[in-house]
Amino acid sequence: MSAIAAEQPRDARAAAARGALRAVLFVAGLAVLWGLWEGYRWIGLRERWTWPFTVSNVNMPHIHKILAAYNQPLQPGGPPLRHYLYHNAIFTAKEALAGFALGAIVGFFLAVVLAHSTILRRGLVPYIVASQTVPLLAIAPMVVVGLGTKGVTPWVSVAVIAAYLTFFPVAINTLRGLHAVDPRALELMRSYAAGRWKILWRLRVPASLPFVFSALKISATASVIGAIIGETPASLEGGLGYAIVNFNQYYTIQPANLWATIIVCALLGIFLFIAVSVVELLVLKRAPEHVA
Amino acid sequence: MPAVAIKGVSKSFRAGVTALTGIDLEVEPREFVSLIGPSGCGKSTLLRIIGDLINPSAGSVSVNGKSAEQARRDHDYGIVFQDAVLYDWRTVAKNISLPLELLRWSRTRRSARVDEMLELVELSGFGSHYPWQLSGGMQQRVSIARALSFSPSLLLMDEPFGALDEMTRERLNAELLRIWQETGSTIVFVTHSIPEAVFLSTRVVVMSPRPGRIASIVEIDLPQPRTTATREEPRFFELVTEVRERLAAGGALRGETQEPALAEEAS
Repeated sequence: MSAIAAEQPRDARAAAARGALRAVLFVAGLAVLWGLWEGYRWIGLRERWTWPFTVSNVNMPHIHKILAAYNQPLQPGGPPLRHYLYHNAIFTAKEALAGFALGAIVGFFLAVVLAHSTILRRGLVPYIVASQTVPLLAIAPMVVVGLGTKGVTPWVSVAVIAAYLTFFPVAINTLRGLHAVDPRALELMRSYAAGRWKILWRLRVPASLPFVFSALKISATASVIGAIIGETPASLEGGLGYAIVNFNQYYTIQPANLWATIIVCALLGIFLFIAVSVVELLVLKRAPEHVA
Repeated sequence: MPAVAIKGVSKSFRAGVTALTGIDLEVEPREFVSLIGPSGCGKSTLLRIIGDLINPSAGSVSVNGKSAEQARRDHDYGIVFQDAVLYDWRTVAKNISLPLELLRWSRTRRSARVDEMLELVELSGFGSHYPWQLSGGMQQRVSIARALSFSPSLLLMDEPFGALDEMTRERLNAELLRIWQETGSTIVFVTHSIPEAVFLSTRVVVMSPRPGRIASIVEIDLPQPRTTATREEPRFFELVTEVRERLAAGGALRGETQEPALAEEAS
């Protein structure tokens, strides 16, 4: 006991050192990306590269120009771009979060149902897989219009589209996790005469959580993609998808605006990913090697 | 009324392998009976049949005068496996109280019992630790505490100390005897180790393989309580030799290395 207690300050210091190293690596990573971008740009312009694309100020604006775009007004005298993007990011985040939550819940309970029925599993899993091969871009307008006629608010329809993308990894991974139980742990539950329901909640679900969280991390970033793709063909105003379509049209004049939007999309995905990781750390108090 | 009564039990697996044949055995209350034999002799299978974790192909098993199934439903036995099989998302205390939760014990009653059990297995102060913070021997003690937490009259143990080093194993042997004395439970214990079986048991059931059957039963008349000194008594060595000879007579020590493909009996 005392041996374990004595190790804790050292663990805390080691954790702090690991955190610092991570921060340094992150900054170093940004610096390398910046260097690669600017380096490629510089050589491409000098050597007049045309393959795979012509390097120019339009195709590859300076990083500092992209960053500067955040402070420039969208319309003369209007608020700076960052205000516009902030509001659009909030709008898209709302759709993504709702889609993420809906997809996670649907995926989880679908997996629970499938885990208990071999017939359903054999019958349904091929269709679940097939559902992901349907081009989202094609069905997105149908969903928005279709649900719209039922009186569903457009952003909710977009959340449904995001959920369509996010339920899949959760369902597949949870199903895997629910089956990845030590057979002796099942014998133990049987020795206690525990029924299916108790085995599910006391054993299968907790045992599957590492799998569930791996899936949620995938879904977190996928939900942002789903929301953006859902907005685009539906021409839903107010989100990052709309901003991307909009800035695409003015790309040759103001390329930095599109790049600035892309960075915001990426940040939103990263933010959701980190949020899931933090929840995972809080929920999964298990051996360090068991946390993916 | 015997604690366990086995009559004419046989078990064949789908692959056509006969794991057990014609098993008759009675275990009296408060007995400590070891099942010993080479792998493939069906000793783990027999333990699981007693616990109603698998069904026999023929014959009957009764536990405390009830069918094995009813005894399982009545929580008449606790089971300990070779690995501790602790839930790594639960603390030591929460692992021990798992069966109590399933039995709908109140929170206060549970925590009182958990403290008692931690004391019994000499792990007081480790309740809030997670399993992965403990050594293998400590984990196995938690597993024993969990099996005994709801005071079952019967304890089934499937090579519980097989994965531990010799020193830890001998210490836990002594501890198990103390627990057995204190709780007054009946123990059916599966092992590979002859000295372990002799040291712990009141009777050693020698099994032989292909097909699994009871070759003979050796009464262990070593006095109680047994201590480390017991392991040095001449009578101890005589009994170890006797069990070894019975195993040999049963064909266990013929030097056969080929094992039947008993996939179902992976223990």
